[in-house]
Amino acid sequence: MTAQLTSGTAACPGCIASPAEPARPIPEDVQIALSLPGIHCSACIATVERELNAHPGVEDARVNLTLKRAMIKAAPELRAADLISVLERVGYEAHELDPGALSATQSDKAGRDLLMRLAVAGFASMNVMLLSVSVWAGATDATRDMFHWISAAIALPAIGFAAQPFFSNAWSALRVRRLNMDVPIVLAILLALVTSLWETALSGKHAYFDAALTLTFFLLAGRYLDYRTRAAARSAAEELTALEVPRAIRLVDGAEEEVAVATLNVGDLILVRPGGRMPVDGEIVSGQSELDRSLLTGETLPVFAEAGVTVSAGEVNLTGPLTIRATAVGEDTSLHRMADLVAIAESGRSRYTSLADKAAKLYAPGVHILSALSFLGWYIYSGDVRTALNIAAAVLIITCPCALGLAVPAVTTAASGRLFRKGMLIKHATALERLAEVDTVVFDKTGTLTSGTPELINLGDHSRADLEIALALAEASSHPLSVALTQAAREAGIKPATLDDITEVPGFGTEGTYQGQRVRLGRAAWTGAEEGDQTAAWLSVEGQAPEAFLFSDSLRTGAAEAVQAFRDAGKEVILISGDTQGAVQALADKLGIQNWIAQALPQDKAKHVEALRDQGHHVLMVGDGLNDTAALAAAHVSISPASALDAARVASDIVLLGNDLSPISDACDTAVKATKRIRENFRIATVYNIIAVPLAVAGLATPLIAALAMSTSSITVSLNALRVR
Amino acid sequence: MEVLAYLIPISLFLGGVGLVAFVYTVRSNQYDDPEGDARRILNDEWDDKPKP
Repeated sequence: MTAQLTSGTAACPGCIASPAEPARPIPEDVQIALSLPGIHCSACIATVERELNAHPGVEDARVNLTLKRAMIKAAPELRAADLISVLERVGYEAHELDPGALSATQSDKAGRDLLMRLAVAGFASMNVMLLSVSVWAGATDATRDMFHWISAAIALPAIGFAAQPFFSNAWSALRVRRLNMDVPIVLAILLALVTSLWETALSGKHAYFDAALTLTFFLLAGRYLDYRTRAAARSAAEELTALEVPRAIRLVDGAEEEVAVATLNVGDLILVRPGGRMPVDGEIVSGQSELDRSLLTGETLPVFAEAGVTVSAGEVNLTGPLTIRATAVGEDTSLHRMADLVAIAESGRSRYTSLADKAAKLYAPGVHILSALSFLGWYIYSGDVRTALNIAAAVLIITCPCALGLAVPAVTTAASGRLFRKGMLIKHATALERLAEVDTVVFDKTGTLTSGTPELINLGDHSRADLEIALALAEASSHPLSVALTQAAREAGIKPATLDDITEVPGFGTEGTYQGQRVRLGRAAWTGAEEGDQTAAWLSVEGQAPEAFLFSDSLRTGAAEAVQAFRDAGKEVILISGDTQGAVQALADKLGIQNWIAQALPQDKAKHVEALRDQGHHVLMVGDGLNDTAALAAAHVSISPASALDAARVASDIVLLGNDLSPISDACDTAVKATKRIRENFRIATVYNIIAVPLAVAGLATPLIAALAMSTSSITVSLNALRVR
Repeated sequence: MEVLAYLIPISLFLGGVGLVAFVYTVRSNQYDDPEGDARRILNDEWDDKPKP
């Protein structure tokens, strides 16, 4: 299936940029971006760069191993598909990314900004800490005051610059009268600065400049980790090139003109070339061909198409050119109706609150109340605003959410890094937590458990002579079944027979003459055979009974392992497909899946998933087609392969970059582990608060104790997070 | 205690040098591909002469 999709000329954005329109200025260098899920070592970098740089038209190619990407500067006529085939020949899987959508500069700016603030906070906190250590070591009187003033001179501008993200977040929350995590953080930082300045002005003993800065540093570190994880996932997952046709060929008075799909109207005549995707719903006016409906319905058998047949947007035209008359465009197409289903289902998922949010909801008001109470208590007890304010600041600093702000991002970064190395992209922030709760796994068949490419299964049943004729006929066509037959026969060492007058009859098959006899390879009815329920191409030699070449959908690599691993882990595995009873049952038997449903409509799939959810199950949905999107969105958590349709990828939380399915079960294990670590970190943080908070409330916390307690807890949770790796 | 008059500016200066160096590395894209750079050093392709 992948082969058909990428071969579709209209689906390639590189072609649109190709010099077909001389009016538009062509950029001197075209940037091509490729996603390379398989690279992992220095040899991979060297091979990929060598192969790409050796390709004519490539000016410069550089691999980024961290993002598993290659950025290529190339001549304008070079197409990404050529480079992909070059890399596939040396054994690397590659997918095209849309370089325009990658917006590397913009996302980098935000990342750099955070990194710069982190560096300033680090620099300032180290210097201030140096001065503070001298104070703790026994500096007194004028020396202590001088150290405090220098600390203030460093801390005030440093915090003014570094803590800006917290200030702006807290402000935007307060403006709509809500509390978020940043409000107590900002309050703690500001209160610490104000009381420290006050203390310094009065030659007091305690100043919390170092605490305010280290706090900023640790929290910024957490923020930066969080940003990195999300930015990497977002940029790659969303920008995997859209496979939907952005352009269509409209026929106006017999002349072809290329227009954007959005400008098509009902009643327009549209030409769809072989390999192209239907841009709109319509009815075939002329032409004969076969349609691949698998992404919409899950059916693997190509459907015969001729004048009068209705087509839906998203179907792929396989063999002959078709002219269709648009009956529904834009939002009325079946593609869009499917997307509406997704929107309805999505709203359910956004209700999930992450562990961190749950903790923050308890935490933010709790801290404020505690700090206010200790201020009030001390004010009533001692009658001194200065002491009371000092203690309130100490309470806020000690309780500040380092564990929340650093521990959760550290765990998710470690876990997503681990999954990324295995070829999975986490798109959604809470996906890992939801994945950890999964107890039921629902698979789609076509394109998910199977690779969507047919595989010849009965090569041995045919005589050598028949195979030679079939091979000769198959080589003349680019139909997926012909391609599969050619590949299988070539691998078996068959040489094609010499045929004359080979012609492809779109929608039916290929025919030719062999030693004066007419030979045909194609559909059952055309070759005079009975239609069976299995995918088959028939070979008829004049005067002989037609013979069937049977095909089955080849299993995706790692599918069997993934299913087995889920069953071993005690999870229920269900197969729901839109394909025929026979095909689904055969696959279910092969993989040992007891629970399967065939001929399911897209709505049925979503309903099944919803029913499971209502029974209290947490469903993981794995699917790739348009018919899966509603189910993907309805599921507790969802995964789709990179070869999936755009809509399906958008609806899913995790994208599988490679072709291998086996990492899915690992992902579940990693998710369980990560969630366990997050909970552990909360427990560590709670224990530390139970010890330190009473000291602070009692007025016993000195800046030294605050610094020690804060750093130890931050370092412990970060180290604990690293255990996920 | 007069020594502090030297030591504090020196420590601030050294810290500042570190900060400036870091800002330079960020500006010149040196953190874009940490994993790749760690592997590239093992590649002997440009050992004899630098990449033109």
